[in-house]
Amino acid sequence: MIEAAKARLRRTMMFVPGNSPKMINNAELYGADSLMFDVEDSIAVSQKDAARLMVKYALKALPFNCETVVRINHVTQTPFGIDDLNAILPSKPDLIRLPKTESVEEVRLVTKMIEEVEAREGFPAGSINIICAIESVRGLYEVRAIAKEPRVVAIALGGEDFIADLRTQRTERGIEFYHARSEILMAARDAGIQAIDTVYADVNNLEGFCREVTDIKDMGFDGKSVVHPTQVTAVHEIYTPTEKQIAHAVKVLACYKDAVENNKGVIAVDGKMIDGPIVVRAERIVAQAKAAGLLAEEGCEDEK
Amino acid sequence: MKTIRKEASVGFVESNDALVTVRPNAAGQGVTVGLTSSVKRQYGEHLENLVLETVKAAGYTDVHVEVQDKGAWDYALQARVVAALNRGGAE
Repeated sequence: MIEAAKARLRRTMMFVPGNSPKMINNAELYGADSLMFDVEDSIAVSQKDAARLMVKYALKALPFNCETVVRINHVTQTPFGIDDLNAILPSKPDLIRLPKTESVEEVRLVTKMIEEVEAREGFPAGSINIICAIESVRGLYEVRAIAKEPRVVAIALGGEDFIADLRTQRTERGIEFYHARSEILMAARDAGIQAIDTVYADVNNLEGFCREVTDIKDMGFDGKSVVHPTQVTAVHEIYTPTEKQIAHAVKVLACYKDAVENNKGVIAVDGKMIDGPIVVRAERIVAQAKAAGLLAEEGCEDEK
Repeated sequence: MKTIRKEASVGFVESNDALVTVRPNAAGQGVTVGLTSSVKRQYGEHLENLVLETVKAAGYTDVHVEVQDKGAWDYALQARVVAALNRGGAE
C-alpha cells in the first residue's frame, strides 16, 4: 500500500482551509489530484479545536474520490499537533502533511501514532502515509534522511517559510529556491519518492504561475501545491503530455509487454533501444495522459 | 453522563456553516435544542434529532444547544456541536 501511495499521481495538491465547511463541500469540484485540508497556518490559534473536528467529521462523512491529506500543526514545536493526530487519524486520511519537518524523530513519532491507529481501527497497514514539508534550512539539511523514512511518500517544499529563513523574498526568476528545489528533488529521487513544489501565492498572476510550473516540471517535480482552483487547470495542462509523447509511450509499453511475454531480450522502438528507465518514463506519460482524459483507462493494454 | 461548566460558542453564521452555542441546563432537564434555520421547514426535525444524537453520543446531558444554521451539512453541524461541548468543558 505504501508503494502504491508513492506512485500516486499528484500534479496538484490543493490547500483547503479546514475550518470552512463551504470550501470543504466544494473542494473536489475543481479536480485537484489531492486535497490538503489545513488545520495549520490558515487557522487562527483560537480556532484550532474547531478546525480539527471539522476536518475529522468531513473526512468521515464525505466520499472523496481524490486523495485526502491533512496538514497538521507541528507535533513538537506547537501544543496542537498531537491533538490534531488523535482527532484526525481515525478518519483515515490518505496522507498526513507534516509542516516544518526538521528531524527524523518527528517523522518517527507520527509514524508510531499512525501504526497504532491503523492497528486499533483495523485499517490495513500502510493506509495512512506521510508527506513532509521542508520549510527551513535545518530541515533541508536533514531531508535525505527524512525522505528515507518508510511512511514518507513525498517531500514538499514550503517556500514562504523557507525564504523567510533565508532572509530573502520571492522573485520572478525563483533564484531563491534554486538550491532547496534541487536538494529536495535529489533527496526524493534517492529515496524513490515524490517531490512537490511550493505554492505560488499571487493567484492573479497566471502567467508567472505557468512559467514557474513549467520550470519545476522540467526540473523533475511531480507536482505543485496550489492555493486556488484556477491554478489546478493550469498545472494539469502543463503536466499533460503531447499527442506525440503519448503515442510513443503507448508503443513503448506495448513492445515492452510483448518482449516480456515472449522472452525477447533487447527490444527497440523506432530504432531506439528500450530499457528500464524508458519504460518507467513511458508509464508515467501514460498515467499523465489517462489523468488528463486523453487515454482510456486500458489504453495501453489494447494496443499491440 | 457529562455536563458542561459554562456557555460556549463555535462556528460562524456563514453559508454551509452554523453558529452553535451550548449552555448548561438545570440538573435533570436533559438536552434541549433551539434551532434557527433557513431550511427549518424542510429539515428542522432532522437537524434537531441530529443535534440530540450528537450530544448523546458525546456523553453529555443537561445542556441547551442553540443552533443558528445557514445550511450546514450534517457532518459540519456535528463538528460544531462537539466542538462547542468541548469548549463548554466536561465536568
